[in-house]
Amino acid sequence: MTAIASAIPAIAAKALTVGYAGRTVIDGAELSVAPGERLALVGPNGAGKSSLLRAMTGVLAPRAGTVELLGEPVEHVPRKQLARTIAVVPEVADLPFAMPVAEVVALGRLPHEPPITGLRPTDVAAVDGAIERIGITHLRRRDMRELSMGERQLVFIAVAVAQAAPILVLDEPTTHLDIRHQVDVMELLVDLNERDGTTVIAVLHDLALAAHFFPRVVVLAAGRVVGDGTPGETLRADRIREVFGVDPALVRLPVGAA
Amino acid sequence: MAAGALSRDVEAGGLAAWVRARPLVVGAVAVAALLLTLVLGVGLGSVRVAPAETFAVIFSRLFGIDIGVTVSPATDVIVWDLRLPRVLTAMLIGCALAVAGATFQGLLRNPLADPYVLGTASGAAVGAAIAVLLPVQLVVVEFGLLHGLAFVGALASAWLVFRLGGTGGAGGLTRLLLTGYAVGSVLAAVLTMAMYVSGVELRQIFSFLLGGLGGSSWVRLVVAAPLIIGSSVLIMARGRSLDGMLLGDAAAGHLGIDVSRERGVLLALASMATAAAVAISGLIGFVGLVVPHVVRLLVGPAAHRVLPISAIAGAALLSAADLGARLVGDVPVGVVMALLGAPFFLFLLHRSRSGYEL
Repeated sequence: MTAIASAIPAIAAKALTVGYAGRTVIDGAELSVAPGERLALVGPNGAGKSSLLRAMTGVLAPRAGTVELLGEPVEHVPRKQLARTIAVVPEVADLPFAMPVAEVVALGRLPHEPPITGLRPTDVAAVDGAIERIGITHLRRRDMRELSMGERQLVFIAVAVAQAAPILVLDEPTTHLDIRHQVDVMELLVDLNERDGTTVIAVLHDLALAAHFFPRVVVLAAGRVVGDGTPGETLRADRIREVFGVDPALVRLPVGAA
Repeated sequence: MAAGALSRDVEAGGLAAWVRARPLVVGAVAVAALLLTLVLGVGLGSVRVAPAETFAVIFSRLFGIDIGVTVSPATDVIVWDLRLPRVLTAMLIGCALAVAGATFQGLLRNPLADPYVLGTASGAAVGAAIAVLLPVQLVVVEFGLLHGLAFVGALASAWLVFRLGGTGGAGGLTRLLLTGYAVGSVLAAVLTMAMYVSGVELRQIFSFLLGGLGGSSWVRLVVAAPLIIGSSVLIMARGRSLDGMLLGDAAAGHLGIDVSRERGVLLALASMATAAAVAISGLIGFVGLVVPHVVRLLVGPAAHRVLPISAIAGAALLSAADLGARLVGDVPVGVVMALLGAPFFLFLLHRSRSGYEL
């Protein structure tokens, strides 16, 4: 995989420092993701995973250091182009009004469609494709607000898939999902990555999912990258005890046991 | 019982789905209602005017076309100088309030928002009260101090709320709403004080608060129309941003929307439409709250359907309410709107509990 990756990283954080008010959340992080990579970001609560994602997707201005998107500083990339390059699965939010699922997913086409005339036939096709791929065709006409948290999460993933960006970023995409849908979403990410060449970056809490479905796992602790490599390297038993402070036997990793 | 509930659901779903798939039908019905209120609004009153006469006057005055119906000079004056400006003003105000209401509800992600949510109503009322109390009579081509200060007061309070309430940050929308409430409360206190000291002028302040279209004229209409139609069109052109912001600020940002700029622009446009409406008609409630909700029930929440259909439906509703107000002896249209609007809104809320969400 790294052999075919071009020299320019899809997205790269260099000496990135991020903070809110007086508090430093990310402290000199280095992270480079090649096009076509599939990467899981793990770490204990408060390690700064979400802040790192926010800075890397251009929403949060770093205090120091830079984020480069395909070699260009992310703050120089125009908004629409940024949205066409990086799709971020949004947090599960409450909608103020009743809205059919298909119309919610169609919002993923906002960065592509012409601003005044709205959805073109190609956009509608992309929306239908995303709905089908996530497997929520049976929900298309349902009111978003009647859905369970898990179903809503699938819809929001569909929004990002409809966005059809070469880089897909997910922040804990499986929080509200049952085990069957967790695996479905992981398999979808693998499929998007391997078949479409989408670069996937996912924050995950479940180390077993990270180890099983991701060839590269980055461990973040207290705002620093403390591990970066294959799950076999970064999720070793002693590392888990050190970073997460739990008995590694409780985690039962597919690779950790080896 | 379960079967009964189920079949009712299916029925409601069937009709609702049929309507939702046909926004053009809803739009056509709204346009028909608008034309009907135009004909009735001009036709009914102490002197009846036939629809043909109405159109004859409109066509001959507006386009210089004679459609072959003879109209007496008296009827011509009644239609052109008295009733038509009033009916058209009602339509314009209804359009402004419905579009502004739909915009504020979407922008603030709050179904209870109405055009006055940024303190525009209190601001306009304080402006009007000051104009009434000032011992100055200033009239420039049919616009008195009252219109001017009401307009300025509405815009100033919206601007103040926006500046104090900020735009970004976590909980930004709640802060904006609470700021609107706080500024509105201060202005309401100022208004109460003004009314307390107003003495014989109290009636004039009251008539502004109640809202009315008795003072409609071509000049006022022609001045307010570009502001209202212009802001409505510009809001509609930004409809997709409004849709995207329904997902919340963070998600909208990731979809390429400059959330703080779009919010600022849309709040300014909606406040402009509201201020122009309030300046010529006083405070008219419920149009801006109810119409967007009813339209969303019928065609779903997408802005490119909600905004234009709300504009037409708001225009039809307010001109119908004004006709009612005029026929029962010129009571303020704000009173008619509240008397009809509030129970209807309660009915909608009740329905929403039995399955159909607003």
